Amino acid sequence: MTDVPVLQVDDLNTSFLLTAGEVKALRDVSLTVHRGEILGLVGESGSGKSITGFSINGLLSPPGQVMSGSIRLHGDEITGLGSEQMRRLRGNRIAMVFQDPMMTLNPVLKIGHQMRDALRAHMRIGDREVRARSLAALHEVGIPSPEDRLLAYPHQLSGGMRQRVAVAIALLHEPDLVIADEPTTALDVTIQGQILSLVQRLCRDRGTALIWITHDLAVVAGIADRIAVMYAGRIVEEGTVDDVLDRPAHPYTRGLIDSVPSRGQRGRRLQQIPGRMPALTDLPEGCSFRPRCPRAADACAQPQPMRDLGARRVRCCRPLTEALA
Amino acid sequence: MTEFIVRRLLQALLVLAVMTVLVFFGVNVVGNPVYIFASSECDQPCINAIVKDLGLDRPIWEQYWVFIGNMLQGDLGNSFTHGVPAMSLIWERLPATLELAFCALVIALVVGLPLGTLAGLRPHHWTSRVIMAFSMIAFSVPVFWIGLIMIIVFSVSLGWMPAVGRGDTVEVFGAELSFLTLDGLHHLAMPATTLSLIMMAMVIRLTRAGMREVLFSDYIKFARANGIRERRVLGVHVMRNILIPIVTVLGMEFGGVIAFAVVVESIFSWPGVGKMLIDAIAVLDRPLIVAYLIFVVIMFVTLNLLVDVLYSLLDPRVRLGGNSG
Ligand SMILES: Nc1ncnc2c1ncn2[C@@H]1O[C@H](COP(=O)(O)OP(=O)(O)OP(=O)(O)O)[C@@H](O)[C@H]1O
Ligand SMILES: [Mg+2]
Repeated sequence: MTDVPVLQVDDLNTSFLLTAGEVKALRDVSLTVHRGEILGLVGESGSGKSITGFSINGLLSPPGQVMSGSIRLHGDEITGLGSEQMRRLRGNRIAMVFQDPMMTLNPVLKIGHQMRDALRAHMRIGDREVRARSLAALHEVGIPSPEDRLLAYPHQLSGGMRQRVAVAIALLHEPDLVIADEPTTALDVTIQGQILSLVQRLCRDRGTALIWITHDLAVVAGIADRIAVMYAGRIVEEGTVDDVLDRPAHPYTRGLIDSVPSRGQRGRRLQQIPGRMPALTDLPEGCSFRPRCPRAADACAQPQPMRDLGARRVRCCRPLTEALA
Repeated sequence: MTEFIVRRLLQALLVLAVMTVLVFFGVNVVGNPVYIFASSECDQPCINAIVKDLGLDRPIWEQYWVFIGNMLQGDLGNSFTHGVPAMSLIWERLPATLELAFCALVIALVVGLPLGTLAGLRPHHWTSRVIMAFSMIAFSVPVFWIGLIMIIVFSVSLGWMPAVGRGDTVEVFGAELSFLTLDGLHHLAMPATTLSLIMMAMVIRLTRAGMREVLFSDYIKFARANGIRERRVLGVHVMRNILIPIVTVLGMEFGGVIAFAVVVESIFSWPGVGKMLIDAIAVLDRPLIVAYLIFVVIMFVTLNLLVDVLYSLLDPRVRLGGNSG
């Protein structure tokens, strides 16, 4: 039983059906996350990272909709579930943490109130039990004097404290899967590190599967076990952190890594990937990265299936050779 | 908080002082009320006696000082026509007006909040378009016209509704109230609805605009991601945020509603202060007009003060003074 992944997504297609046309936000996205595993989901802005998260927990805002594909939680299909069944999963088995802690907590409700609502969404418990659980959760994320915090409004806490509260709320029901959508991007560096190791520790302790969405490769390198790289709604490369970051196979991954400043190359000009991501309404045939790719050839205009290269998967007919060594 | 209230009180007093000057001098340069009292065979000595009796022979600034001195003792003079203190007339008529205004407020909220919520949830649905069209009409069509049309349709043609008066009343703490009897409610329905229309339109628009803004906020996504039931998300998490602007605007509008009551009371012969004012103007009953205007100013100022306090209670971010718990 242990080899049934917590989350298995197969060939997920999500589109926004606008009057101007169909925006194909996700195309054939496949992901697997196991118990206690941390998957880093990276890609530039607009590549579809957040939409992946919302497709999984059923909170796509209209006109967004899952067109086809399968999402299985512990082997159970959840794509066909009704809204009440999805609600029972949300917060209970699939939790989410958002980017900006200034915006994720309701400004006019006390922390204690927000925790109470989150608790009672999935369990019938009395006030005393609510209080005990809330205090324990705040204590666990390292919030000093949690009794006082229950009575506080979000604006009375610092950004780091708020994100801790958000993490505490997300973990209230010990979910199987946590989707963290750039939860440290809005924080300053020292706080980033604290939140990062906090979430990492909590998930490892409980065996929670974690999808960490970010465009910061350094963060992924520090926290994740495996990485999936997204480009224009597709996963173009997926593998272990060491494989993907040290020996990228997809030219896009290579470009991403080269555009990150690092200590060894101080003073040198950063490599930029030329051009922009194509519009999702008007995607080129074959590989979407082709117009920007230095290795593009005629074969790239053909449809690009996922190829298995040992432990790694890549959607490229001309992968970088050093990766194959 | 105390300092804030004291400062607002001082501002309120200043406004009041300025308004007494404007009102008193404004009203006292209009027309000559003596001729109302003088019968046709009244000769000059007779007129002089009346002038002296009313205190109109003294210089106007002296009249003002007497007026202010009396006002500070709660005496706004005797009505020329009724011969009793103006304030007592106002107090006697006020319950009818307040009852009308409060009923209008309740109707505006009870109808406006759900309609606005509906329009905000599904902005492109035809029901939303109908609701928004209705609010446009309620805003732009004159109140007196709507009142007259209602009388023509429901009282004259259909004969369903009474067109004038308060119907049966019940005395509560010395005030006559209509809404406690069936006949009273029957009489109250049309004038209260007429008076509520502008407020209702405002509530609809504010609710809809608030919904559009708050629904897409991260904290609502987070609440949903925690599995909180939709009814609670809308009714508590969204509504608490929307109520802030609504309470503010309605609180400030309420004074305007009482001013508008002048029109509605005249149309439906509702025996409130508004109808009293119209009658007083017709016969140039200066003390009564002045008393009414001063009373309205005091009410406006008090309402604004109350709104400020209420606002700071609803929105913890503007709450003054430390209570971080
Ligand atoms: N409401 C919408 N209507 C139409 N298209 C949308 C809508 N929301 C998202 N999209 C499309 O989906 C794509 C993916 O959006 P998504 O929010 O997942 O990007 P992201 O990878 O999370 O980017 P970021 O790093 O900026 O958060 C966008 O490029 C956009 O074109
Ligand atoms: Mg995003």
